[in-house]
Amino acid sequence: MAEQIVFYVLAVGTVLGALAVIMPPFARNPLHAAVALLATFSLLAGLFVMLSAHLLAILQILVYAGAVMVLFIFVIMLLNLRRQDFGEFRATPWKILGGVAAFLVAVRVAMVAGASVANSTAADLGTPALQSFGGAYDVGWALTTRFFLPFEATSILLLVAIIGALVVARREGGAR
Amino acid sequence: MIKETTIQSLLYLIVFAPLAGAILNGLFPRMLSRRAVSVIGVGLPFVSFGATLLALWGFLGLRAANPEFPFVTAELFQWIVSGPIHVDFALYLDPLSLVMTLIVTGIGSLIHLYSVGYMHDDASYARYFSHLNLFLFSMLLLVLGRSLLLLFVGWEGVGLCSYLLIGFWFDDMAKAVAGKKAFLVNRIGDFGFLIALFFLVFHLGGTLDIPDLREVVANPTSIFRTDTAMVTLVTLMLFVGATGKSAQIPLYVWLPDAMAGPTPVSALIHAATMVTAGVYMIARLNFLFVLSPVTMAIVATVGAATAIFAASIGLVQNDIKKVLAYSTVSQLGYMVLAVGVGAFGAGVFHLMTHAFFKACLFLGAGSVIHAMAGEQDIQKMGGLRRKMPITHATFLVSTLAIAGVPLLSGFFSKDEILFKVLALQPAAGPVVPGLNGLWFAMGIGAALMTALYMFRLYFLTFSGELRSHDAHPHESPATMTIPLIVLAVGAAVAGYIGLPHPRLNVLEHWLHPVFADGAAALVNTGSHALEYGLMGVSTVVAFLGIGLAWAMYRGPWREVPGRLHASLGGMYRTLWNKYYVDEAYDAVIVRPLIAGSRWIHRWIDAALIDGIGVNGPARVLAFVGGAARRLACGDVQAYAAALAIGLAILVIFVL
Amino acid sequence: MTAIPLSHWLVLATALFAIGAIGVITRRNLLIALMSLEVMLNGVALAFLAFARFRGDVSVHAAVFIVMAVAAAEVAVGLALAIAMWRHNGSVDLDRAARLKG
Repeated sequence: MAEQIVFYVLAVGTVLGALAVIMPPFARNPLHAAVALLATFSLLAGLFVMLSAHLLAILQILVYAGAVMVLFIFVIMLLNLRRQDFGEFRATPWKILGGVAAFLVAVRVAMVAGASVANSTAADLGTPALQSFGGAYDVGWALTTRFFLPFEATSILLLVAIIGALVVARREGGAR
Repeated sequence: MIKETTIQSLLYLIVFAPLAGAILNGLFPRMLSRRAVSVIGVGLPFVSFGATLLALWGFLGLRAANPEFPFVTAELFQWIVSGPIHVDFALYLDPLSLVMTLIVTGIGSLIHLYSVGYMHDDASYARYFSHLNLFLFSMLLLVLGRSLLLLFVGWEGVGLCSYLLIGFWFDDMAKAVAGKKAFLVNRIGDFGFLIALFFLVFHLGGTLDIPDLREVVANPTSIFRTDTAMVTLVTLMLFVGATGKSAQIPLYVWLPDAMAGPTPVSALIHAATMVTAGVYMIARLNFLFVLSPVTMAIVATVGAATAIFAASIGLVQNDIKKVLAYSTVSQLGYMVLAVGVGAFGAGVFHLMTHAFFKACLFLGAGSVIHAMAGEQDIQKMGGLRRKMPITHATFLVSTLAIAGVPLLSGFFSKDEILFKVLALQPAAGPVVPGLNGLWFAMGIGAALMTALYMFRLYFLTFSGELRSHDAHPHESPATMTIPLIVLAVGAAVAGYIGLPHPRLNVLEHWLHPVFADGAAALVNTGSHALEYGLMGVSTVVAFLGIGLAWAMYRGPWREVPGRLHASLGGMYRTLWNKYYVDEAYDAVIVRPLIAGSRWIHRWIDAALIDGIGVNGPARVLAFVGGAARRLACGDVQAYAAALAIGLAILVIFVL
Repeated sequence: MTAIPLSHWLVLATALFAIGAIGVITRRNLLIALMSLEVMLNGVALAFLAFARFRGDVSVHAAVFIVMAVAAAEVAVGLALAIAMWRHNGSVDLDRAARLKG
C-alpha cells in the first residue's frame, strides 16, 4: 500500500514536472523550465529505485540532474536569454496532428511491448540469480561482456561529441 | 598474262586511288602546294586509269582462254549480315562495268588534267580536286559495286559530289541554289530507287547481289517470273531513280541549272559519267527490266519524249552551256530510249560515244568561256575560229559527231539505236501496237533538231566576226588543249568498235554475256537492209539539219530566225522559257510543299512537339514542384511532426 | 515484490514520451525543445527499466546506460548548436532557423 502511494506521488510529480517544462506559464522563463526539468529527472530517479535500478538511479542524478542540467543552465546564463526570447506555442494543425501521432505511437508501442511480457507480475528478486539485480556489479558485468562493443562505441561517440561541440560552438572566423 | 587475283588487286587500286586523292587534298589543303595538289589530284586518277587498262588486258586474256568468262569479283569485307539480308562490300568487274570504268577513269583523268589549266586561278583549288576525286571514287563504286546496295552508296556519293561541285562557288547565291535544286530533285529519284531496294529485299527474295539476282531471275519458277505486278513496280521505282540521275522527264529540271558549276564539272559529271548512271543501272539490271514489258515501254516512251522535248528547248537557248545541257538531256533520252526498247548494247554504245563528244564539247565550251573571260552568251561571240584554232577544230569534230555525220562516232551509235527501236519487239508481242514507230519518229525528229541546234551553236560561236568588243580571246594552255585533242580523236573514232555488221561489232560481242538474258526476252524483226536504209535516212536528216543551220545563220536565210521569232512569238517564248516547266513545278510542287512545311512547323513542330511534347512535361513538373515546394517550409519542427505522423501510419499498419 | 502492475509503468512512460514529443514539435525555443527531447528519452528509459524489472533481465540496464551516454552527448552537441545559432541569428527561435525553406 505504501509502495503504491509512493508510486502515484512520484508518477504525478513526474508528469507535472514534464508538463511544466513545455507549458507556457513556466516555460516563459527558461530558468523555470530548467528547474521543472530538474524536478522531473529527480522524481524519475526515485521511480528507478522502485524498479530496483539502483545504479541507474544514481547515474540519473549524476548525469541528468547533475551534468546535463548544469549545461542547460550554463547556456541559458551564457546567452542571457530573456523572457521575450522564448516564443509561445506555435500550434499549427499540422503540428498538433504530429503531437497526437507521437502520442498514439507511444501508446501502441507500449501496448504491444507490454503484451509481450507474458507474466505481468514482477520477477522474484529473491532467487539467487537475481540477488544483486540492478547493482553496479551486474550492470558492469553486462556492459563489459555482452555489451562490450556498444560500450566502447559509446566512448568514441562521446569523444566525437566533445570535439563536435567545440567546433560548432567556436567563434566564427577561427582563432580569436 | 595477268591472273585473276591480280585483277582483283587492280580493282582495289582503281577504286581507292581517287579516294586517297580526295582525302589528301580534302584534309590537308594548306600543307600542300598548288603543284602538289595538282600532282595528287591528277596523278591518282591516271593511276586508276592505268590500273583499268591493265585490268582490261587481263580480262581480255581471260576471255581469250574462255569465251564465256563471266566476271571477276573482289570481296573486301562483309558489310551487312542481318537475317536474310547479306551484303558484301565486293567489287565486280564484268564486260559492262569494264567499259564503264574505262570511260569513267579515262575521260575522268583527261578532265582532271584539263582542270589544272581551267581552275588555275581559283582560290579553292585543293577543294576542287578533292571533290572531283571523291566524285571519281563514288562513280567507280557505283559502276563496280557487286551489290545493288553498294551501287546505291555510289549513287548517293555521286549525287553528293554533284551538289558540292555545282555549288562550288557557293558565295554566288544563284549557284548555291542550283546545287540545292540538283540535290533535292535527285533525292526524289533516289527515294524511288530505295523503295525498289526495299521491295526487292522484302517481297522478292531478299538478295541485292547482282549476279545472285541474275541467277534467281533466270530460274523459270522464281517469284520474279510469277509476280509480274511486283516486278513491274520494282522496275518502275528503279526507273524513277534513273529519271532523277539521268535527267529524264519529269526530273530533268536540275541538269540545265547544274551548269552553274565549273565547266570541267559539267563535262565530267553532267555530261560524260554521272548522268549516265541511270542508263548504266538499267543496262546492268537488263535481265530484270525485260521481265516487265510495261516498264520497258514506259522507259522507252519517257526516253523518246525527253529526247525531242529537250532538243526543242535547245534550239533557242543563247547560253553556250545551256545549249549543251539541253543537248545532254536529249542525248540521255536517246540512251534511255535504247535501253527501253531492249537495245542495251546500243544504249551503252551511245553512252560511250556521247561521253567522248559531249565531254569534248563541254571542255571546248569551257575553253571558249575561259578565252572570253567568263562570257557565256553566244550572241556576243563569233569569229573564234581564227583566234582559237585547236578549240575550234576539236569542237567541230565533236559537233559533227553529235549531229550524226557519217563515219564519226555519233553516227554509228545513234543509228544503231534508231534501227533497234524499229527492230526490237518484246517476245510476247508489243504492249501497244505501233509504239515503236512513234518512238522512231520522235528519235528522227530529235536527230534533226540536234543537228540544227548544234550547228547554230557552232556558227554563232566560231564563224563570222566577233560581236563583243571588249573581249580578247586567245587559245587556251596545253593542259586544256591536250585533253580536247584526245577527246576529239575519241569522238571521231570511238564508233568503230560498234560497226553495224554482225562480225565487226566488237562492243556487241564484248557485252554479249552481260545482256544475254535480256536479249533472250526480245525478238529482232529487223533486217540488214532496213539497217543500211536507215543509215541513209539519218545521213540525210543530219545534213538537212546542218544545212538549215548554215542557211539560217551563215547563208541566204539569215532573216529567217528573226521572222520566225516575230511570227511565232508565243511558241518562241514557250521554248525560250523551257515550256514553263520550272514555273509549273514551282506552283504545283514547291509552293504547296513550302506552305505545308510552314504549317507543319507552326502546328506540329512549334505547337505539338515543342509546346506539348517538350514544354508540357516541364510545365507539369514545374506545377508539381511548386505544389511540393510548400512542404519544404524550412521549419524543422514541421519536419519532426511529419516524422511522427509517418511513424504513426507505419505503426498502425505494422504493429 | 513490487505491487505496481506493468501497465502503470508503461502508462507513465508513454505519458512522458508524448509530453516530450509535443514539446519538441511545438515549442519555438531551441533550448526548450532540447529539454523536451530529454523528457522523451527519460520516458523510454523508464519503460526499458520496467521491462527489465518484470522480466528479471539486468542486461537491459546496460542499454539504458548507453542511452544515457548518448543523451549526454546529444545535449552537448545540441547546446553547442544553440550557441552557434545565437551567434548567427541573435536568437534561438526555431522559426528564424528556416533556411531550409524551398
